[in-house]
Amino acid sequence: MSKTDHPLVQLTLVRFYEFVREPEALFWVFVFPLLLAAGLGIAFRNRPAEVLKIASVAPELTQALRREKLLDVQEFSAAAAQEALRTGKVALLAEAGPGGTVEYVYDDTNPEGRAARLLADRAVQQAAGRADPIAASDQLLREPGSRYIDFLIPGLLGMNLMGSAIWGLGFAIVDARRKKLMKRLIATPMPRQYYLLSFVLSRLVLLVVEVGALVGFGMLAFQVPLRGAVVPFAILCVLGSLSFSALGLLIASRVRTIEAASGLMNVVMMPMWIVSGVFFSAQRFPDVVQPIIKALPLTALIDALRANMLQGASLAQIAPQLGVLGAWMVVCFTLALKLFRWR
Amino acid sequence: MPGSALRLRDLRKAYQDVVAVNGIELDVEAGECFGLLGPNGAGKTTTIEICEGLTKADSGEVGVLGMRWETDADELRQRLGIQLQETQLSEKLTVIETVRLFRSFFRQGPETSAVIAQAQLEEKQNARVGGLSGGQKQRLALACALVGDPDFLFLDEPTTGLDPQARRQLWDLIDQFKLAGRTILLTTHYMDEAQRLCDRVAIMDHGKVIALGTPRELIASLGAEHVVEFSAGEVDVEAVGRLDGVRSVRSENGSVLLQVTELHRAVPALLAELARQGVALTELSTHSATLEDVFVTLTGRHLRDE
Repeated sequence: MSKTDHPLVQLTLVRFYEFVREPEALFWVFVFPLLLAAGLGIAFRNRPAEVLKIASVAPELTQALRREKLLDVQEFSAAAAQEALRTGKVALLAEAGPGGTVEYVYDDTNPEGRAARLLADRAVQQAAGRADPIAASDQLLREPGSRYIDFLIPGLLGMNLMGSAIWGLGFAIVDARRKKLMKRLIATPMPRQYYLLSFVLSRLVLLVVEVGALVGFGMLAFQVPLRGAVVPFAILCVLGSLSFSALGLLIASRVRTIEAASGLMNVVMMPMWIVSGVFFSAQRFPDVVQPIIKALPLTALIDALRANMLQGASLAQIAPQLGVLGAWMVVCFTLALKLFRWR
Repeated sequence: MPGSALRLRDLRKAYQDVVAVNGIELDVEAGECFGLLGPNGAGKTTTIEICEGLTKADSGEVGVLGMRWETDADELRQRLGIQLQETQLSEKLTVIETVRLFRSFFRQGPETSAVIAQAQLEEKQNARVGGLSGGQKQRLALACALVGDPDFLFLDEPTTGLDPQARRQLWDLIDQFKLAGRTILLTTHYMDEAQRLCDRVAIMDHGKVIALGTPRELIASLGAEHVVEFSAGEVDVEAVGRLDGVRSVRSENGSVLLQVTELHRAVPALLAELARQGVALTELSTHSATLEDVFVTLTGRHLRDE
């Protein structure tokens, strides 16, 4: 009996064959995150010195405003200008008020509106003869690490680790139970812990490919930095994947149908997609719920990934997040083993 | 290897709303091919799964190969070969990968290639399981049961859903195991299968064994080797039943069934009686008595009545 005939090796190989022979799974795990990163990276790329579009209804104002290079001033009739403002074609509307005054119409909750207000007013005041008492100059800093794509890649990486672990384990286990394959396996002398362990092992192998593909793509296509040391990064990915595998195992521990399993998975994952800071900062949610958000495994993983990749955080600096992930792993795994139904 | 392979005493198992096994007692000798025959829902699968260690009995005694599930589960799993009724093996794996996986669980047994050859799947060994026919899938399930060179083979409805040719092919395989002296316990609701394969048969109904013996003994217990079935107009059934050599009479779906001992005397007597009653035959057939007739006589129902 050669070494490859060891049951754990065979079970892990089988996991691997089953995954590789499922084209849909390959797409969702490897291709989809890259497409998402490429699409969002292009949509939110930093444009060279953004120009704001504003509308003017008074010719004398238009002239003054056009001196500001950061503004794209268009002249409109009063009605057309209102329409352009309402539909977001322009960020601000400048009107001549009574007695040589100026009136700005804009939405103060829109950052573009506020920026346009400052730029437009400066142009108007300077045209009228205002001189700045203090001379100021700009030093421009455009560095990888502070762009949206830099924020996004760790977020997508975290989301991908969660999805592939939960889906990968959950569906495979529920499917084996539904088809009575699990029952057939436990009728053999197969050590049961090997069965569960094979899922974890195959996950860790695939993890290398998954992480490599997404991070490599980010580095090559967008020069996303990887400032932290490799070892803490690897520990983080492995621990994250193990915690989500444990969560997937817990979800799949008793369910008998694919429908019930996918419902449960969505209930578990959907809130984290929204609040854990995949696409935008989790800080945007109210302070009251921050402790809960921070205790979620995906928040912990993404926060720590960003700290490692973008700020080069050390292992000690991401210890709190590692603690959260470790706690989820231990609790979910213990519960899953208690609840697990082999048939 | 003489001795007892299986010993069941007062076995009971109830699910929420139904008593599946109701006090079964059975002994299977080593080297014997034993059949559990009965309609769906008779408790065959529950019984075999208790023997396989997959289901726990509520009460009663289970001895397999002289061992007990409570204390010798690991050893038993090494020595049993099991084929379950509805297992779907992973469709994305090939035949050889599937057999190799199952082989890896057993500490001893034949080479993967030998098992595949035995199940007559050499030509398909690199084919995906999903692309196999029903008969090939069933032979693969059988191969997976053989990888540990088992002392005792459990087959739960091995040919259900197969076409006649695939069934015969599987029967030939099972014949080979019998020749090799393996002990086999199989369940079936096909009386011809039980008659063809089994040395002894237990007929089950409603969780109980209602008859036990060799197929020949069970058929002989009818006291009549032949069944005559005929259709005619308005027949005086009682008069037919009084004919010489007729052991029993039953009407069913407009035809009359007679169990008779001597066909060559019963048929002329029947024809004479029908002529006397003045009714015309529309149909007449005879067959040798089968296990199906035994079941019908014992329960008044057919094996496949559902």
